[in-house]
Amino acid sequence: MKLAYWMYAGPAHIGTLRVATSFKNVHAIMHAPLGDDYFNVMRSMLERERNFTPVTTSVVDRHVLANGSQEKVVDNITRKDAEEHPDLIVLTPTCTSSILQEDLQNFVDRAQIDTKGDVLLADVNHYRVNELQAGDRTLQQIVQFYIEKARKHGDLSTEKTSEPSVNIIGISTLGFHNQHDCTELKRLMSDLGITVNAVIPEGASVHELKHLPRAWFNLVPYRELGLMTAKYLQSEFGIPLVDICPMGVVETARCLRTIQTILNQQGAPVDYEHFIHDQTLYVSQAAWFSRSIDCQNLTGKKAVVFGDSTHAAAMTKILTREMGIHVVWAGTYCKYDSEWFQAQVEGFCDQVLITDDNGAVGDAIARAEPSAIFGTQMERHVGKRLNIPCGVIAAPIHIQNFPIGYKPFLGYEGTNQIADLVYNSFTLGMEDHLLEIFGGHDTKEVIQKTISADSDLNWNRDAQSELNKIPGFVRGKVKRNTEKFARDRGFSEITLDVMYAAKEAVGA
Amino acid sequence: MTVAQPETQPQGLNFECETGNYHTFCPISCVAWLYQKIEDSFFLVIGTKTCGYFLQNAMGVMIFAEPRYAMAELEEGDISAQLNDYEELKRLCLQIKRDRNPSVIVWIGTCTTEIIKMDLEGLAPKLEAEINIPIVVARANGLDYAFTQGEDTVLAAMAGRCPDKAPTSDAEKGERHAIHKLLQFGRKPEDVATEERGYVQHPPLVLFGSLPDPVVTQLTLELKKQGIKVSGWLPTKRYTELPVIEEGYYVSGVNPFLSRTASTLMRRRKCKLIGAPFPIGPDGTRAWIEKICSVFGITPTGLAEREQMIWESLEDYVKLIRGKSVFFMGDNLLEISLARFLIRCGMTCPEIGIPYMDKRYQSAELALLEKTCHEMDVPMPTIVEKPDNYNQIQRIDDLCPDLVITGMAHANPLEARGINTKWSVEFTFAQIHGFSNARDILELVTRPLRRNHVLKDLGWDTLVRETVTAVN
Repeated sequence: MKLAYWMYAGPAHIGTLRVATSFKNVHAIMHAPLGDDYFNVMRSMLERERNFTPVTTSVVDRHVLANGSQEKVVDNITRKDAEEHPDLIVLTPTCTSSILQEDLQNFVDRAQIDTKGDVLLADVNHYRVNELQAGDRTLQQIVQFYIEKARKHGDLSTEKTSEPSVNIIGISTLGFHNQHDCTELKRLMSDLGITVNAVIPEGASVHELKHLPRAWFNLVPYRELGLMTAKYLQSEFGIPLVDICPMGVVETARCLRTIQTILNQQGAPVDYEHFIHDQTLYVSQAAWFSRSIDCQNLTGKKAVVFGDSTHAAAMTKILTREMGIHVVWAGTYCKYDSEWFQAQVEGFCDQVLITDDNGAVGDAIARAEPSAIFGTQMERHVGKRLNIPCGVIAAPIHIQNFPIGYKPFLGYEGTNQIADLVYNSFTLGMEDHLLEIFGGHDTKEVIQKTISADSDLNWNRDAQSELNKIPGFVRGKVKRNTEKFARDRGFSEITLDVMYAAKEAVGA
Repeated sequence: MTVAQPETQPQGLNFECETGNYHTFCPISCVAWLYQKIEDSFFLVIGTKTCGYFLQNAMGVMIFAEPRYAMAELEEGDISAQLNDYEELKRLCLQIKRDRNPSVIVWIGTCTTEIIKMDLEGLAPKLEAEINIPIVVARANGLDYAFTQGEDTVLAAMAGRCPDKAPTSDAEKGERHAIHKLLQFGRKPEDVATEERGYVQHPPLVLFGSLPDPVVTQLTLELKKQGIKVSGWLPTKRYTELPVIEEGYYVSGVNPFLSRTASTLMRRRKCKLIGAPFPIGPDGTRAWIEKICSVFGITPTGLAEREQMIWESLEDYVKLIRGKSVFFMGDNLLEISLARFLIRCGMTCPEIGIPYMDKRYQSAELALLEKTCHEMDVPMPTIVEKPDNYNQIQRIDDLCPDLVITGMAHANPLEARGINTKWSVEFTFAQIHGFSNARDILELVTRPLRRNHVLKDLGWDTLVRETVTAVN
C-alpha cells in the first residue's frame, strides 16, 4: 500500500481508451463498476469534444460479483455493434476486472460470432502498466490485428508508394498539444516532399491500417506512444523508423537528417541541408532569438525540468544547448523508461531525477530555487506556492493546455512557440523580482470613493462572522449590497436576519 | 409530450427502470465536500490508481490545496495478500496521524476492497484502539452506489458514532453544540435564557445531511422563527462535536439521497423520522417546515407570505423558463426535488432520470411532486430509475426539450447538437437549500437559456456535421 495524493500517469485503461477513441468508428467497452467512465468527462471537457465519446461501460455491480458477468458483456458488445456499427469494439479491462479474473477473451470470442464489426480484448494489466505503456501496447495490438487480418484475406498492400512517404505514429486524443503537432509535422513533411501515408491513431480508420507497409519509413515523434507499433512494423516489413522527436532547432535538424539518410538508402536522392539552413537561420525565429540580447540576459539562469520522457528530455536540451540556461536538474515520471531518459539528458543538466512522487519533485524544486520551472500542471502549482514562474511542457494538463489557437511544440513553428514560452516565464520572474526591489508598481494609494469599503453601519458579531465565511472575491459585493439594503430600509445594525433579507431582496 | 392514458385510470407518477447504463460520478467523490465540511477529519480512500485518477481529475484544483484526503493505493502485493492489510493500514494511518493529527480517519472502502473482501469493519476497531484515533468505515463503492450516495454511506457510519447521552454539566454542553454556541456566542447567560424562551417546548430535533455552514445557519434560523430548536446536525463542523442522539429524538433529512442514514437513525438509534419534502426551492422549504411544525403540533406563522415574497423576487428568472421543458438524465438523486421545484416554476418535465429511487424515504417529496403537477396542470413526468443514457439520447432527440440537465460527459455533445444543457454536478456544489437560495438554483437553470439567448441570431445552433446522433 502506498499513500498517494496525486499521480502523473493515469491507470492502464486510460491509455487504452485514448488510443481506441482516437481512431474513427472504434468503440471501447469498459468492464468496470459505475463511475469509472470519467474518461468521457475528461475527453468532453479537456478536448471540448463535440461528439459523444465512444466509450460505454459494461457495468460490474453486486450481481456481477455474485454470478459473474455471464451474458452481460457479450450482450453489451452485440448491442453496441447493432446500434452504431463500429468497425472495431475494444473490450477494455480495468483494475476491477483484473482481480475478478473473468475470462474476457472468451466473451470476446463469443461476441465476435454475432457482430459485424471486429472485437478485440485490450491486452493490458492494470497492476503492471500505466496509462502510457498501455496506450503504446493497445496501438500495437490493433495494428497487428489488422495487418494479420489483411494478410489472411490477402489484401495487405506491401508495395511501396512511388514517392517517398511516411506514417506518423503516436498522435492521440488527450495528448499534450498533439493536434497542433500533427498539423506541423504534416506541413514539415510536405515541405520536404514526403507524402503522408497515414497518421495513427488520431482520425484514422482501422481499414487504413493494411496500407501501413506502403510507407518508406515511420516517424514516431513521442517516446511514450507508437514505438512498439513502429518496432513491430520494422521487424515485420523492415520499415525503418525515426524516433527522434523534432522538438527544438537542433533536434529538428537531427530528425530531418536521419530521414534524409533513410530515404537516400532507399534510392531517393534528397538533400535537406539547404532547407534546414534556411529554416534555422531565417524562417524559424528561435535561432535568431538565442543570438539576440534578450536571450543573452537568460545566460546562466537556473531552471528545472520535469515531465514525460519526450518533452522533459527535449526541453532540457533546448534550454542548455540552444539558450545557455543552466538546468539544475531534469526529471521524468516515466520510471519504466529511465535509462533512455538518462542517456538523453546526459551532459545537459547537473542532476537527473526519476520519480513519480509529486512531493519529491516539489521538495527538489524548493531546494534548487530555480528562476523558472518547466513541468506539468503539478509543478505549476508548486511554482505558485514558491512564487516561481512555470511553463507547462507536459501532461498531466488542464483545460488551458488545450488551446484553440495554433500552438505546436514540434517542428519549426514549435521552436517559436517554445522560445515564447521560455522567454515569458523568465521575464515574468524578472519583472516580479524588480518590482519587489523597487517596492511595487506605484506606492501612491489609489483612492476610489465610489467603492469605499468603509461604512457607518454596524455589523453584529454573528453577521460579521457569516460575512467572513463568504469567499473573498464576492465578499465586497455582498457587503456593499447588504449595507445598501440596510440603509434603504433604515436598519442601523446588520444582523443575520438583515443579511438574508438583503440576499432575498437583491440577490446580494 | 402528452400522456395518453385511459380516462378511468387515475393519473399518477409513472415509474420505470432501465439498464443502469448511465454516466455518474463514483461515490468516493463525497470526500471532496465532506473533508471540507468536517474540518478535523482525514479521508483515506483505500483503492487503486483508477480511484485516485478520478478524484484528481474530477475534483480539479482542490487537490492542490493540501487536501485532508489521500489514497491508500493498493498494489499487486495487497491484492494477492502477500502483504498484511492490517500492518499496511497501520503504517499509513500512523503516517497520517504524525503529519496531520486528525480527530477522525474515515476509511472509504472501494470496489477493490469489496472484491478482495478486505475486512475494513473488522480491522478498524483494532487499529483504532492501537493508534488511538477513531476510524470510521464507509463503503462508498461504485458496485453499489452512485455519486451523492457516497455521503449517505459516510453519514450512516457517523450516525453510529454520535454520543447517546446528553452531557450533564453546562461546561460540557458548551463544548458540544457548535450551532448552539454560534448562536449564543458572547452573550450573557440571562440573554441565553431569554433566547431559550423563544422556543416552543418540543422533543429534540436533529437534522442530517452535509450542507455548507451558511446554509446550516439559514435553515436553523428558519426553524427558529417557528419556535423550533435544532439540537444538532449530522455532520457537524468538527467530528468531536457530533450531536447527541438519544432514543426517541426526532430526525429529519435535508437531502434526498440520505436513505441509509435515515434508516440507520431509525433502526439503530431508535429515532423518529420526519418524512418531509426537502427544503429545495421555496415550495419545498415551506413544505419541509410545515411538516416539522405539524409533527410538533406547532401552527406555522408567516410561511405563506414568506414563500409568496420569495416567488415575487424570483419572477425575473421564472419568466425565462415558464412554459419550457426540462429533461433530467439523472445522476445525483436531487432530481425529484429539482423537478418538483421547476414544475412549480411553470416548466414541464417529460422525464426524470434518477440513479436510485427510495420511494419510502422520498414519499413526501413524491407526493408533493404529484400535487404540484395537478396544481400546475401539467402531465406527470416519467421517473426512470437506473436510466440508459443511449436510450435517453434517443428520447431527447425526439422530444427536443428546452433544457437537459446532465453530466459533463454528455453536455458538450448535446450543446453541439443545439440542445441547451446544464451540468448536473453544479447542483450538488451550489447552495440550493432554503428560501434564500432558491435564486441560486434558478441562476443555474437559466444560465444556458440566457447565454444562448445572446447567441440566438448568429445561426450557430448545430455545430456537428452529421445529423445522426451517436452516443457512448
